[in-house]
This record gives sequence, structure tokens and C-alpha cells, in this order.
Amino acid sequence: MEAVTFFIAAGVALAGACGVVLFRNPVHAALSLVGTLFGVAIHFINLEAYFLAAVQVIVYAGAIVILFLFVIMLLGVDRAESIRTEPIIGQRHLALLALVALLTFGVLIGVASNGEVTGVPPQEATYSPLEGGLSIDEAIKDSTGKTIAPKENIREVGRSLFSTRYVFALEITALLLTIAVIGAVVLTRRPKGEPEPLPEDDPPSIIRNADSDTGLHLTSNEDNDSIVDMEANESEKHSAEESGVSGE
Amino acid sequence: MILGLSIGPEYYLALSALLFTIGAGGLLIRRNPLVMFMCIELMLNAANLAFISFGKEMGDLGGQLSVLFVLVVAAAEVVIGLAIVVAVMRRRPKASVDEVSVLRG
Repeated sequence: MEAVTFFIAAGVALAGACGVVLFRNPVHAALSLVGTLFGVAIHFINLEAYFLAAVQVIVYAGAIVILFLFVIMLLGVDRAESIRTEPIIGQRHLALLALVALLTFGVLIGVASNGEVTGVPPQEATYSPLEGGLSIDEAIKDSTGKTIAPKENIREVGRSLFSTRYVFALEITALLLTIAVIGAVVLTRRPKGEPEPLPEDDPPSIIRNADSDTGLHLTSNEDNDSIVDMEANESEKHSAEESGVSGE
Repeated sequence: MILGLSIGPEYYLALSALLFTIGAGGLLIRRNPLVMFMCIELMLNAANLAFISFGKEMGDLGGQLSVLFVLVVAAAEVVIGLAIVVAVMRRRPKASVDEVSVLRG
């Protein structure tokens, strides 16, 4: 049964991850991110981390993805984006991607299939809890050795979190969250006399000009390209004149 | 038979590696800053899965607690990152990270 759950959840998570990368519309990407997060939450339940499964759904799917969607709607950037805008740079990145894939996958599979995942064989993985730390075996079994309800997982996580071992980390995360809230307010506050949005051609960027003039879909039409190039040159000239007045 | 298969930590690690790789690839390919943030979330989730899988293998709650802290840091990172994206895109409404490479006003 665990295997069936694993493979279904893994399929959901991987499909969602591919959707995040491949969907051109950011809204669709955010929605498929929800699929990945739910899949990972199911894995958490499979691994007996019940509290974190709930936190995963509430915090990630409930707060972070909603924040993403809110920003997408606020900025109005929910238009399609062409993935193949830069052929040469994209190829370099794809090569790098293949390298990363081979390294991560190969190394992890190699290490894992060696049976040395944890550094010690699983049978001898005797864990002596430090002060405040509790092993899962203690956490999920009661005194008679019977496995007990998932709420015990929550109790043990809370007890460890507020014990002497993790309490400083907990306080520091509280400070971090406070700083994040203040920083977000400061960054997004619109001060008085805010400068207008910069003109389209500043800084001069051939890629950007080509994008905006062809509506994000680069065509291989020769005439179109030459027109775009001429316009790009003109706009560069304009911006050079402007910056000549203001910049230097 | 798939029903009798026992799922060891190597399955979770393989899935975690795949998720991380997809996230890293998306971060390299995509040019929309919001989608790049989503790919970072994918990579953090892959790391979380590895943490919990190792934690269960070791019989230690420390893995779950690490994931809790990773969650908090990820939330703070998303808040600050999206605030920066909003601040940048107010001035440059075109959404692509290539255009903010100059780092001036």
C-alpha cells in the first residue's frame, strides 16, 4: 500500500514540477506548483511526518502560492512568455541543466543504492537523543510499544521545538519573520514623488526590443527581423542622446 | 508486484533528486522572475523531502524540525523576493530578469 501511495504521489509531484517549468503562463505554473506541493505533502504523510504535511498544505499551498498569484494579478504579467527567446544562451543553459541533472541524479542514486544512505547501516542506527531531542521511535510508540495516533507526532515536534535544543533557532526564525514583514512593507511602499516608469528603451537591449516588437513570438521572417533591427538601432540612438544629456 | 514493494529511502531520495533537478533546470531556463521563484520553491521542497526521508531512516525528529525551519526561511524569502519583484516591475513593466541586469534605478 505504501508503494502505491508513493508512486501516485510521486507522479503528481513530478507532473506538477514539469508543469511549473513548461507552462508559459505564470498562472498555470503557480497552479501546477500546488500539485507538486500536495504530492510532497502526501509523501510527508507516508513518512509519518503528519504535522509537517499539514504545515506544507497550509503554509505553501495556502499562503505562498496565493501570494504568488496575488503578485501575478497585481503586476498583470499573466501573459505568455516564450521559452525559446534566446537560442544561444538557452543552449548553454540547457547544457548546464543536463550536467546538473546527471550529477544530482547519478550521485544520489549511486550513494543510495550502496546501502550507505545514512552513513550507518539501518539496523545499527541507534539514536541516543540529546537533551530535548526525541527519537521517532519514542514519539510514535506508547509505553506498551503500540503505535499511537498522529497527534503524538505534533506533540513531539512541539516538545522538541521548544526545548533547549531548538529554542534559539525558533527565536531567530521569529526575528527573521519580523524582519521579512518590515522589509516587504518598506520595499513595496510607494514614496511621495516616485519617479515615473522608465521609457521603453532604457537601457538599450536588443533582446527586449525584439521581444516587445514581435509580441513575444520571434518569427524567422527576414523582413520582420530587419525591421526590428532598424527600430532597435533607432531606439538605441534615442537613448544614447537622452543619456548624453542626463548621464554624462 | 508493486503492492508488496517496500519503499526504502532510496526511492524518496531519487524523487527528491528529480524534483531538485527539475527546479534547477527551470531556474536556468525560465526568464520570468515569478516562475524562477516557483522553481526555487521546488528545489526547497526536494530538500525537505530528503530531510524527512533521512530523519525517518535515522529515527530522529531532527529532520522534521529542520524542515520546519526551512519552511520559515522559504516563506520569508518569498515575501522579500516578491516585494523586490513588485518594486522593480513598477519601474520596468516588462517582466524579464535580463532587463534588470544593470542594477540602476
